[in-house]
Amino acid sequence: MPMKLTLRVWRQAGPNADGAFREYQANDVSPDMSFLEMLDVVNEQLTAKGEVPIAFDHDCREGICGMCGLMINGSAHGPMPATTTCQLHMRSFADGETITIEPWRATAFPVLRDLCVDRSALDRIVQAGGFISVQTGNAPDGNALPVPKQDADAAMDAAACIGCGACVAACPNASASLFTAAKVAHLGFLPQGQPERYRRALKMVAQMDLEHFGGCTLFGECQEACPKEISIDTIGRMNKDYLTGMLFEPAENQKAAGAG
Amino acid sequence: MSVSTLPAAGVARPPAGRVRRFWDSSVGKKVVMAVTGIGGIAFVIAHMAGNLQMFTPTAPAQAMHTYAAGLRKLGPLLWIARGGLVAMVVLHVVAALQLTARNRAARPSAYGRKEHHTSTWGARSMRVGGVVLVGFIVFHILDMTLGVGHPQFVHLDPYNNLRLGFQRWWAVGLYVVAAGLLGLHLFHGAWASWRTLGLRRPSDRPLHRNIAIAIAVLVTLGFAAVPVAAALGVFAPDVVQEVAP
Repeated sequence: MPMKLTLRVWRQAGPNADGAFREYQANDVSPDMSFLEMLDVVNEQLTAKGEVPIAFDHDCREGICGMCGLMINGSAHGPMPATTTCQLHMRSFADGETITIEPWRATAFPVLRDLCVDRSALDRIVQAGGFISVQTGNAPDGNALPVPKQDADAAMDAAACIGCGACVAACPNASASLFTAAKVAHLGFLPQGQPERYRRALKMVAQMDLEHFGGCTLFGECQEACPKEISIDTIGRMNKDYLTGMLFEPAENQKAAGAG
Repeated sequence: MSVSTLPAAGVARPPAGRVRRFWDSSVGKKVVMAVTGIGGIAFVIAHMAGNLQMFTPTAPAQAMHTYAAGLRKLGPLLWIARGGLVAMVVLHVVAALQLTARNRAARPSAYGRKEHHTSTWGARSMRVGGVVLVGFIVFHILDMTLGVGHPQFVHLDPYNNLRLGFQRWWAVGLYVVAAGLLGLHLFHGAWASWRTLGLRRPSDRPLHRNIAIAIAVLVTLGFAAVPVAAALGVFAPDVVQEVAP
């Protein structure tokens, strides 16, 4: 049964241009299409009519790259929990529905065009401390470095972050706390991450603030929006690491920039 | 993206000491809010317990007088406590205002449509509730501590100050509303403060809270009890029999 939808899409010609919502009719939408496939079809129709297609980010279309990210009807990545926009299907919507589609909105994520935003602020947070400074060499023997099962699981849960920015988009304060906390936690739970653990939290939090993200007020909206279901527990852990670093890390390790 | 883009373009990073960097960071300010908030919760519970001596079955006026005079006997300690409380309120409010300004600047343009999924009334009313509570605290100190505008204020006779003060119907309403707002503030704050400090162990339901609900209900009922009981005429006229030395 093909669906008829009305799309209310944010159109913005460039970073400094004024944007506005424009309405489009999408007829003959298959409920089995993904959300991005639906936009592809709309774009083909726009191109055929000689109009500029809607710009949106996408890459892997299997929910692991973190490129796609749209505010759909007021929810980051749309109405399905634990789902990226590319994995959202049109059967999640009702025939005849009006769907509002917007870019992530944050000072730190300037709109490049239409639905595309610049998320390199997240990259700079990772550059500030989301690494371990070791010569990696060959792969070590299995179990040469024992990791408790619960720590391995916690690190893996945090490492599931794909950096899509949905936490920032959903947060009433446009805070990147969940993203930063996930990056702090996935290294901080592992033995290789210990030497730089507290410096890492200090540097990444400092960069997060520099990028003009807001602060955490524990509304909890980020973990509901997160397609990888990362818990706000990580934020408490980041704060604890930050506090420990502030109190006990020697002054020479507290310099904010530069690799450790 | 080259590493030379650190720090963000156009943003100077002045050399700063540890305390300055802590206060300037969003996490540092939240830690200040959490610590001062927990101090506030401790004070509020102690204050509520003191108030409930209004319900002493025999000679309540004497009980309240002895309690009030006992606090005065602390001398310099009382002033240290008062100074500490004022400092906590100032830090809490300044940090809140600065964080709010930063958070608003982080999202200058609103969404055309935005749904709330999990945020509670408590969380969403923190700012407006906090502002109202600061105003209430100022009024309350003028009204019940200094006796400004109170109809029949007598120093060190809190039983009758409360009994007569709550014969003003609007004061009963105001104090009950303030007790409710305080409960709502603590419903979020008593939970969020521990999480901010990273003191909660990981949980499958991180948004779930028990102790914060208990604190919120206890504080609301405990503070609303005195004005409501006064309005209902529970407190009979009584006098201070023996003035504490």
